[in-house]
Amino acid sequence: MTNPLLSFTATLALVAGMAHADEVRVYNWSDYIDEDLLTKFEEETGIDLIYDVFDSNEVLETKMLAGGSGYDVVVPTGTFLQRQIMAGAFQKLDKSKLPNIDNMWDVISDRTSKYDPGNEYAINYMWGTTGLGVNLPKVKEILGDDAPVTSWDLVFKPENMEKLADCGVMFLDAPAEMIPAALNYIGEDPDSHDPDVIAKAEAVYMPIRDHIQKFNSSEYVNALANGDICVAVGWSGDVLQARDRAAEAGNGVEIAYYAPDEGAQMWFDEMAIPVDAPNPEAAHKFLNFIMDPQNMAAASNYVFYANGNLASQKFLVEDVIGDPAIYPSADAMENTYTTTPYDPKVQRTVTRLWTRIKSGT
Amino acid sequence: MRKAVLIAIPYLWLVALFLVPFLIVLKISLSDIALARPPYMPQLDLTQGWAGLTAFFSELDLDNFAFLATDDLYWKSYLSSLRIAALSTLITLAVGYPIAYGMARADHAWRPTLLMLVILPFWTSFLIRVYSWMGILSNEGTLNTVLQWLGVINEPLQIMNTPTAVYIGIVYTYLPFMVLPIYSALEKLDDSLLEAAEDLGCSRFTAFWLVTWPLSRSGIVAGCFLVFIPALGEFVIPSLLGGSSTLMIGKVLWEEFFNNRDWPVASAVAVILLLILIIPIVLFQRNEQKAREAEG
Repeated sequence: MTNPLLSFTATLALVAGMAHADEVRVYNWSDYIDEDLLTKFEEETGIDLIYDVFDSNEVLETKMLAGGSGYDVVVPTGTFLQRQIMAGAFQKLDKSKLPNIDNMWDVISDRTSKYDPGNEYAINYMWGTTGLGVNLPKVKEILGDDAPVTSWDLVFKPENMEKLADCGVMFLDAPAEMIPAALNYIGEDPDSHDPDVIAKAEAVYMPIRDHIQKFNSSEYVNALANGDICVAVGWSGDVLQARDRAAEAGNGVEIAYYAPDEGAQMWFDEMAIPVDAPNPEAAHKFLNFIMDPQNMAAASNYVFYANGNLASQKFLVEDVIGDPAIYPSADAMENTYTTTPYDPKVQRTVTRLWTRIKSGT
Repeated sequence: MRKAVLIAIPYLWLVALFLVPFLIVLKISLSDIALARPPYMPQLDLTQGWAGLTAFFSELDLDNFAFLATDDLYWKSYLSSLRIAALSTLITLAVGYPIAYGMARADHAWRPTLLMLVILPFWTSFLIRVYSWMGILSNEGTLNTVLQWLGVINEPLQIMNTPTAVYIGIVYTYLPFMVLPIYSALEKLDDSLLEAAEDLGCSRFTAFWLVTWPLSRSGIVAGCFLVFIPALGEFVIPSLLGGSSTLMIGKVLWEEFFNNRDWPVASAVAVILLLILIIPIVLFQRNEQKAREAEG
């Protein structure tokens, strides 16, 4: 190796290789783990854990499709996982390195195999529903005691939104969930891939769009907790975190989460290993650590999301396992729907429609 | 020989940091979307030699540019971005010029301190500074609280999530880029020129208009470019401070790239954005050169 540039690159690769030997990089959703678990993992395995967060599937997906993200474990939602598997972004799990996989819950594994046949590429981390976060006292003050807080009517009926607007309403900036919600509300198939059916969502949003303060997928947690807004369309656990933050702050704000009567979208966040993960060995150790019943229970107890780990249920606190907003009854589970990924043409229709809804153009 | 080397350095810089990235983007803009990693086709396959190269070029086409013409979203966003960038540049100039003028006129001993004060905000992350504006402008924010306490307003002003907040954010962020070049132009100004103008009967204002303003023109032009160009493609400020109705091309670019996963169309949007920027700059350069030749 006489070429100085080559030997320089080789040294770099060597240094990088050494650095990776005892380091695992995890990319997860914001506010989505008990951070004590991160230290516990480092202590148990001696592996350095580098933990980064994101707040939209789109950001994660772009990193996965570009390749070379440098992450060893990432957490896409089911539909996104499915598309990224098809694009060749993930490696198959080596289940011999995952003894804790026996702890998983077949009820959830059955549902996730729709996205990842045979659950070959990913394990379930958390699951939940998309529904309504409501500041109860304020909404009742505005709409009266019989305010339809458990129904999509609360945000999709223009006369309700008109009154709630001053108090503040936020929607998720997630077209893959908000368009199906509107379709479900008007009695169409929420998982429709027919552009003509999808277009009907526009009529639901146009009369209310001026009353929506912001489309954002993370700001609503604090906004709800601080009492800055009255209603948020959000993810179950995030709303429950807002509820607890408000209770801790003792600011008189009382938040509740409802999976709407007309049906709520159920989603699954899955842990997977990128095909070009620098340290797949450590990634498997991390997945196995997460599937430990006590660890998984600690995470759920902290973030108020249900998990796909049956063995963890006996370690869950009553506030979590006993709360139907987190672990819905079997009947309520029936009242949910799931969606499948759009192909590029339909995706463009959906994004364009969403832009028109958000910007009026 | 030495001259050639000296000239080569900036050109190499330009090729490596501008031309090569641009060609990559241009290439993607001529490709088609695909479910792959990276998500577009065709990929250049050099192992196939010449055949691979010709196959690659035969698959490139202008479809994505044609697509941009079919939806009014794109030109509306370009126009809206141009308007926001132009207006913020004017406001920044109106605010920045007096600051630069004041600094250049200040006592020599004070100038380094004043200069320092202009640069100081850069010591804090840009993102944190934009976030603090969210804290200032929001309904429960500092501005509304103070104004309500003073009794100036009864209802909180809705500034956050409106175009006004975007203008405030852009003007605030880019102000130093306007102040510094104008200051450096004004600082070189010879005071005796103004004395001469006044001796010849100019009022202070006419002296300013006939002497100071033209002599600071190079600084004004540099400042305007430094503000206008990044403001045109701005993404962070409108997405944090602006509401969903603030249309900007930076946000459209983001959506093409992240929501649609359509890198080819996103690249086409970027190429057009670059053309929009380059044409006026080239025209302006030409104009300047002609003016210089006419003078010389």
